[in-house]
Amino acid sequence: MDTTFTEQFRELIKGEKSGVLRELRERAFAAFTATGFPTPKLEDWKYTNTAQLANSGFQILDLKSFDIGDDEELLARFGTQRNGFTALNLAFADIKVIRIARETSLDEPIDLSIAAGEGTAIFPHFLVVAEAGSKATIVETYDSAAGSFTDTAIQIVVEDNARLEHYRVQRDSPEAFHYGVTEVSVGPGSSYDSTNIELGGRLSRHDIEVKFTAEGGEAWVDGLYMLNGSQHHDTHSIIDHTVPNCTSHQTYKGVLNDKSRGVFNGKVFVRENAHGTDAQQSNKNLLLSSDARVDTKPQLEIFNDDVKCSHGATVGQLEDEELFYLLTRGLPEALARNLLTYGFAEEIINKIGIDGIKFDLDQAVLNRLSVAIDR
Amino acid sequence: MLLEVKNLHAGIEGKEILKGLNLQVNRGEVHAIMGPNGSGKSTLSKVLAGHPSYEVISGEVLFEDKNLLELEPDERAREGIFMAFQYPVEVPGVSNSQFLRLVYNQKAVHHGREELDPLEFNDYLKEKAKIVEMDPQFFKRSVNEGFSGGEKKRNEILQMAVLEPKLAVLDETDSGLDIDALRIVAEGVNKLRSDDNAIILVTHYQRLLNFIVPDVVHVLANGRIVKEGGKELALELEEKGYDWVKGAAR
Repeated sequence: MDTTFTEQFRELIKGEKSGVLRELRERAFAAFTATGFPTPKLEDWKYTNTAQLANSGFQILDLKSFDIGDDEELLARFGTQRNGFTALNLAFADIKVIRIARETSLDEPIDLSIAAGEGTAIFPHFLVVAEAGSKATIVETYDSAAGSFTDTAIQIVVEDNARLEHYRVQRDSPEAFHYGVTEVSVGPGSSYDSTNIELGGRLSRHDIEVKFTAEGGEAWVDGLYMLNGSQHHDTHSIIDHTVPNCTSHQTYKGVLNDKSRGVFNGKVFVRENAHGTDAQQSNKNLLLSSDARVDTKPQLEIFNDDVKCSHGATVGQLEDEELFYLLTRGLPEALARNLLTYGFAEEIINKIGIDGIKFDLDQAVLNRLSVAIDR
Repeated sequence: MLLEVKNLHAGIEGKEILKGLNLQVNRGEVHAIMGPNGSGKSTLSKVLAGHPSYEVISGEVLFEDKNLLELEPDERAREGIFMAFQYPVEVPGVSNSQFLRLVYNQKAVHHGREELDPLEFNDYLKEKAKIVEMDPQFFKRSVNEGFSGGEKKRNEILQMAVLEPKLAVLDETDSGLDIDALRIVAEGVNKLRSDDNAIILVTHYQRLLNFIVPDVVHVLANGRIVKEGGKELALELEEKGYDWVKGAAR
């Protein structure tokens, strides 16, 4: 596959000073060359066609080298083979390591703000290690421009009894391409609480995989995608209970207007020895237009009897009785509909623990709905 | 006259429920509409509020001499009709104070009055909340979400207090209330009674009428008003039961 990426890779790899990294990049790029971007022929990409992206050209500004040191092992665990996007990410990865020291509790959230300029492609790659007994919050925000391509990855390890809150907010231009992957391993007695908000992108996809690696872990994997115009968003989530006595909670909500298209695919695996698992999953979608569409597929695969699991998905419109109630209070129909939609989305926004982000997102949702209410 | 219902025939899903109902309500009056289950009480409330599932077959409803039936539900509300729901709907994610200021200002703008800013509205709301003895804690909570039955009904009356309707229709407001909640709700309604407004109490039981004393009691059976009288009619009904009037409807 000879693409603009090939030429730019050949040029940029010359500047890679680290031998280890050069090899990882070369291998990753070879993997990308072999597969290219995923196509709808693949089951996991059935509803998401990347042709538009594959046919666009992007400029890659530079290749930043990185002193890999002790992080080689973690980087080597990255799912390069997951798809063409992850392979391409590693080939060009701009790697940053965030280590939250043992037994420390950070008062301020760690701010990862990313934006690609018009016509460019960026490949951020974060390695986050929340060491034993630590407590921190990460805020990952994307504000990329029209015609850009963001291909991003974050690998997270939550060590023994650590607590990590993670917000991912994708607010790219509605004319941007976005792929993001989140890989998390949740250690003994630790907790990982993530909220993923998808508002931007012409074509966007988020893959999130959370794996419990020891007993007593707990994870929240929640999200909201809110689309209009002809936006397309796809979330694929995997929550993997490989060990006993872990708890996972998942609530994803979708609000789809105009001709937008959403995909939610949520797999929860409960492996053979994972007794005492408690896994709850739900995906609720609100279609605001007859041209909007969502494909939702919650999947529970359970290989152990001693578990507590539930899952469900709904796709619906606003409730007539709720609408009538608001009309009888004198709200014009459009406003009443928007207010109910806001209420639907708020369940996810409300759980955000940082006032600044909550306020911004609230405002973003309200603006999209043209509702003016007091905050 | 504030409200005049003339020979109203209405129903739902092709079934006629109101079969020639007549009703006249003046400002300053409280009317009770009583009747057994299935007599059409709820249909009357829904038709007055403009519920889209209910169909008017024939007849007229005039509100301040204007044809009410051609107005959308939200237009009716802004013109001064309020319905307290038997089962108030929960609106998650929207706080009571956000919601109440929004509806207040919609109506204010419609009538060419100034909107209230959040601070002004907060003072206004605090005063109104006293009418139903509602703790300001409830302002921050999502509309009706997780409220007990009694709290929901109090919240309905709070909305009525904020909107100051010309005509309030209270649909089975007493249902599911214990005696304390009933007292608070009823006292709230009594405080809101004035010479400028009118209230229609739709109820199955006489109990509410001990607390909110009506000027006129109408008994509805089989889609028509079959008996009218003063407050003592409600007591008579309580004693004799609805079978006493059902005969008259046939």
